[in-house]
Amino acid sequence: MGSYLTAFLVGGAICLVAQLLFDLTPLTPAHVLVIFVVAGGVLGGLGLYDPLIKFAGAGATLPISSFGNALVKGAMAEAARSGPIGILTGTFELTSSGITASIIFGFFFALLFNPKG
Amino acid sequence: MATKKGKQTIVFAVKPVIIGYSTVAGPKEGQGPVGPYFDKIYPDLAMGQKSFEKAERQMMLNAIDTALEKASLSRSNIDYFVAGDLLNQIISSGFSALELGAPFLGIYGACSSFCEGLIFAGVLVDSGAAQAVITATSSHNNTAERQYRYPIEYGAQLPPWSQHTVTGAAATAVAVRGLGPRLELATVGKVMDLGIKDPLNMGAAMAPAAADTIFTHMEDTGRNPGDYDLIVTGDLGKIGREIVVELAQRQGFDLSGNYRDCGELIYSKEQLENAGGSGCACSALVTLGMLFNQNYKRILVVATGALHSPTSYQQGENIPAIAHAISIEF
Repeated sequence: MGSYLTAFLVGGAICLVAQLLFDLTPLTPAHVLVIFVVAGGVLGGLGLYDPLIKFAGAGATLPISSFGNALVKGAMAEAARSGPIGILTGTFELTSSGITASIIFGFFFALLFNPKG
Repeated sequence: MATKKGKQTIVFAVKPVIIGYSTVAGPKEGQGPVGPYFDKIYPDLAMGQKSFEKAERQMMLNAIDTALEKASLSRSNIDYFVAGDLLNQIISSGFSALELGAPFLGIYGACSSFCEGLIFAGVLVDSGAAQAVITATSSHNNTAERQYRYPIEYGAQLPPWSQHTVTGAAATAVAVRGLGPRLELATVGKVMDLGIKDPLNMGAAMAPAAADTIFTHMEDTGRNPGDYDLIVTGDLGKIGREIVVELAQRQGFDLSGNYRDCGELIYSKEQLENAGGSGCACSALVTLGMLFNQNYKRILVVATGALHSPTSYQQGENIPAIAHAISIEF
C-alpha cells in the first residue's frame, strides 16, 4: 500500500510542476516536454533519479523525466565500458525499445491508414 | 457614388442592399443560442468529405448557393465574388471560386473578413461597377486549430482565455436595389499592435483595434454609441469585450448598455469554451443569423481580426490586429 501512496504523491508532484508551468508561464507544451526530459537527464547524471525511482516506482518512471534519465544512464554506462564514443553509441541503449516500437508501429499504421495530419 | 467622411469612414450613396444571405454551421454551433436561425446545420465536422479543409469549402459553397437562391440569383448572375477565410492562401475561398466560376477577389482580414467583404461589395455596387456581388467567409474548428495552434490529435491544454474557432460559413448577396438590410456606413480599421504575443489570447490582442475603430467611427460620423440599437464586435470573447468597455470608458463613451460580442453570443453558458468563440464565421453567423432577425433599426458590426501567422509568432513577433465597422440599417 505504501508504494502506491509514494507513487501517487511523487508522480502527482511532478505533474503538478508541469501544470504550474503551463498555467503560470507562456511556455508551450513542447517547451514543458523538453524541460522535463532535460531535468530528468540532469538528475540522472547527478545520480539522483534512480533513488527517486526506488522510492516512488511508477510515480517516477511514468513521467517523461524518466526518459531523460534513461538517455543519460545509457550514455554513461556505455562510456564507462568503451570510452567517450560510448556517449554517442549508448544514448539510446536503454530507450531503444520504446523508440523503435514507435517508429515501427508508426510505419505500419501509416501503411494501413492514410495519415492526414 | 460613395464618399469619404472624416478619417476612415465610407458613406454609401445608394445604400447597397443585402438581398440574400445565408448561414450554415457545424454541430456545436447548431446546438447553441444562434442554432435556430441557421439555414443548415451539419451533424458532424467531416460533413461527408475526405478532409476538414474540403468540409470547410463544402460549407462555404452551400452558404453561397443558399444566399443566391434567397436572392433569386443564379451562379451566372454573380458580377464579382469577394471572399476570405483563415486557411493559408485562403484556399477555402479560392477553391470555392473555382467551383463557382465567378470573377473572384480574394481578401484576407482574418476574422474581420466578414465586414471587409461587405465593404468591398458595397463599394463595388455603389460605384456602379457591379449589379450583384457575392461575399462569403468561413472557418472550421479543426482546420484552424491545426494551422494556428496544435495538431488536433495532440490534445493540448487550453488556458481559460483561449477561444474556440467557430465551424460555419456565411454568404451575402449585395445589390443596388431590392429588399433587405442596407449598408449605410463603413469604417475601415487600422492595424494595431499593443504587444500581445500569445496566440491563445486573441481577445486581448484584438480589443484595442476594435475600440479604435469604434471611436474613429463615432468621431468621423459625429454619432454616439446610443445612435445604434446594438454594437457588436466580432470575436473578442469575454476578456476582449471587457477591455473594449474599459477603453471606451476612458475615451468618454458608454458601451455598457448596447454593446455585445459575437464570440460570447454564439455559445450558451453551458457550451462556453473558456472565453468564447472566434473565427471568420463567428461574427458572420451571429450577425446574419441572429441579429438580422431581431427588430433592430440600425446596428454597428465591428468584425475583428488577428493578422499573425504561425511563422510570425514562432519568430517571436507580436500579434497585430484589425477591426472594420459597418453600419447596417433595417
